[in-house]
Amino acid sequence: MKRPTRTVLWLQSGGCGGCTMSMMCAENPGLFATLENFGLDFLWHPSLSEESGTEVVDILNDIITGKRTLDILCFEGSVLRGPNGTGKFHILAGTDRPMLDWLRLIAPLANYVVAVGTCATYGGITAAGNNPTDATGLQYDGRNEGGALGAAFRSRSGLPVVNIAGCPTHPNWVSETLMLLSEDALALSDLDTLRRPRFYADHLVHHGCSRNEYYEYKASAESLSEIGCMMENLGCVGTQAHGDCNTRAWNGEGSCTRGGYPCINCTAPEFEEPGRMFTETPKVGGIPVGLPTDMPKAWFIALASLSKAATPARLRQNATADHIIAPPADRNTNLK
Amino acid sequence: MNEETRRIIAGPFNRVEGDLEIRLDINGSAVRAAYVNSPLFRGFEQILEGKDPRDALTIVPRICGICSVSQSMAAAHALAAAEGIAPPPNGERIAAIIHAAENIADHLTHFHIFFMADFARAIYAGESWYGMASEQFRAKNGSSVQDAMNARASLLHIMGLLAGKWPHTLSVQPGGATKAPDQRDRVRLLAIIRQFKDWIEKSIFAAPVERILAIDSLESLRAYHAEAPQHGSLRLFLTICDTLELGSMGLGPKRFMSYGAYPMDGRHLLPPGIWLNGKIMPVDTGLIAEDLTSAWMNGETAHPFEGRTLPDETMANGYSWCKAPRMAGQTVEVGAFARMLIADHPLAQGLLQDGAANVRARVVGRLFEIASTVLAMEQWAADIVPGEPAMVHGRIPQSAKVEGLTEAARGSLGHWLVVEKGRIASYQIIAPTTWNFSPRDQAGTPGPVEQALRGAPVRHGEETPVSVQHIVRSFDPCMVCTVH
Repeated sequence: MKRPTRTVLWLQSGGCGGCTMSMMCAENPGLFATLENFGLDFLWHPSLSEESGTEVVDILNDIITGKRTLDILCFEGSVLRGPNGTGKFHILAGTDRPMLDWLRLIAPLANYVVAVGTCATYGGITAAGNNPTDATGLQYDGRNEGGALGAAFRSRSGLPVVNIAGCPTHPNWVSETLMLLSEDALALSDLDTLRRPRFYADHLVHHGCSRNEYYEYKASAESLSEIGCMMENLGCVGTQAHGDCNTRAWNGEGSCTRGGYPCINCTAPEFEEPGRMFTETPKVGGIPVGLPTDMPKAWFIALASLSKAATPARLRQNATADHIIAPPADRNTNLK
Repeated sequence: MNEETRRIIAGPFNRVEGDLEIRLDINGSAVRAAYVNSPLFRGFEQILEGKDPRDALTIVPRICGICSVSQSMAAAHALAAAEGIAPPPNGERIAAIIHAAENIADHLTHFHIFFMADFARAIYAGESWYGMASEQFRAKNGSSVQDAMNARASLLHIMGLLAGKWPHTLSVQPGGATKAPDQRDRVRLLAIIRQFKDWIEKSIFAAPVERILAIDSLESLRAYHAEAPQHGSLRLFLTICDTLELGSMGLGPKRFMSYGAYPMDGRHLLPPGIWLNGKIMPVDTGLIAEDLTSAWMNGETAHPFEGRTLPDETMANGYSWCKAPRMAGQTVEVGAFARMLIADHPLAQGLLQDGAANVRARVVGRLFEIASTVLAMEQWAADIVPGEPAMVHGRIPQSAKVEGLTEAARGSLGHWLVVEKGRIASYQIIAPTTWNFSPRDQAGTPGPVEQALRGAPVRHGEETPVSVQHIVRSFDPCMVCTVH
């Protein structure tokens, strides 16, 4: 079957390039095979293309003058509006023009606009602290719609900006979004309320967490490197964070929680300013504040105290160890 | 500028990490002067101020998507100094394996994706090696490019196993690493490392790693090359070096620095030092100062403990967001070749040209480092003791003034942290590319890359001279780190 070619332009601004570096870890198939098999043709990508200098400026100008059609614009990194709204904290090299302006010129010409990573979607870590560069997302500024393109922006297809949030993004979140767009198979209803593709954002990081049994019994780790549940003491928000990180492996078989550290909810707007230390759970009277939010607090407290009372000794011992010291008993379960 | 001189702006200068623009004054068929601009500023140093020092472990890896673990390592070393703790043996080994995996992946990405693609450009169609270069290193679909991407993805399974994910792991901590490996992790690591070693022997070296590490002079490098000139990417690169004279192209300053990498059992696998006139001396970080003459920054020249980051795009003399770090007032080159020289590798002296590094030396230094690091990783993995702890815990003091030094793939990375009342009062970062791609200082001295570009040949009709691309990419710049 001959697949129609879709052109993709990839631009990077106020980010770290990590989403590209992560995307290059795609496997089975690898990145280039995926692109080829879905007819995705990079007009230019800053890390992967041969074209440099004037050759690149020509490509951008051809898009603006309509000489080339652009199907998909991918934008990685936040948009820097500073200083004083000029966008001068990022002049696109060789052009004397702020990336902010290039984005506003090119985005309306693309059939789809994709924000790759939490910087591009909501502002991300570049917008942390005093946000020295007035960094924002393409269509969101933190939780608020707007951003660099404005709330009303729609690309040629009529879709708002597709927000592949994550810091960094999982390689397959990006490649699968591109695959779907190559077939025009991503509709507004396939995006969640923060415009993230639902195929990964309708899952919680908690799903498939290898520490689930500890969670059930509130057998908690007290310090990093211990193998108990990290919600009670170490700031883990996996029960609320949107992402399939624990059901879809990272780099072979990893996830943050499997690596021994808490989920910091990097697919969410404003994750960069949690209002507390990242790896500590704030508590009032010994009870964690605000976790988890989709369960009545009274019930949570009641169930937690019940399950704590019922915690098997095995889990209590293991929770504060850095490896399993009490293995499960070997019993005949009589299930025949 | 006289009338024979023309000025061109090279940019976007891609296949580097981040944003780069170079202003070139060209006279006849050579570059007369170069001015390097890093046109993207994000302000991480300001972002960090006022936060709990431990939050740096979440924030600083996000300075950079290609050397995020190196940023974590520098922060972890600084915090460990503040807390007065040191990782247990397992923690040292795991942190070193994670860090080494990233550094090797960076070298791999650089060589296969960023650097070699320029030799597949049509301008070289007449060269004898062009067919091979183009088949293997064409951007996106060259055979070696695709192969290397797969090998890199498999190597980075180390991150899935030990660090959760890559980039932006939180697993590297002042007291070690968050995942205590069991015996199954240990053998799985060995399996990944050995598979990768097999791949580099087949693809890059077309020879056993031990054979590569036994090369101890330019003559024995030539002998290795002559053995089978068609086999392995290193030999192809050496063939290209001969025809394009890359061994005398892109000469940097005759001073080199390394902070040392992979601390293990009280010493570094790659030792720290300053190389000056053939002598290796200890690094005194007290002699470092950042000059702001050509940066869009306000303030005086200062040591990073005193320095600030106050951007001002209206600075008349400014042409980059990059500050100009100097060691005792002088430029130094940092990177894999500097490390090779400071480790006193016998081949390193032979690769110098007129006492300076060059395009060939930098690339060979990187490929040799892949070989030696893989062997070390295999040993570290073998030495892990399942059941022993991987980290210890410390306490952040109310006040501290500490530095964290390490080596990223592209050179020396330092974090300078001042803690007051338990919060970050100041956090200054000098990245490898800040050293290499620094602009001119108060004395008008060009940064190492600006110096290396002087005299770069320009072919007839070139808009972005390909020699400039080889020289710039030979440094493996990481511009997002540069100005953070």
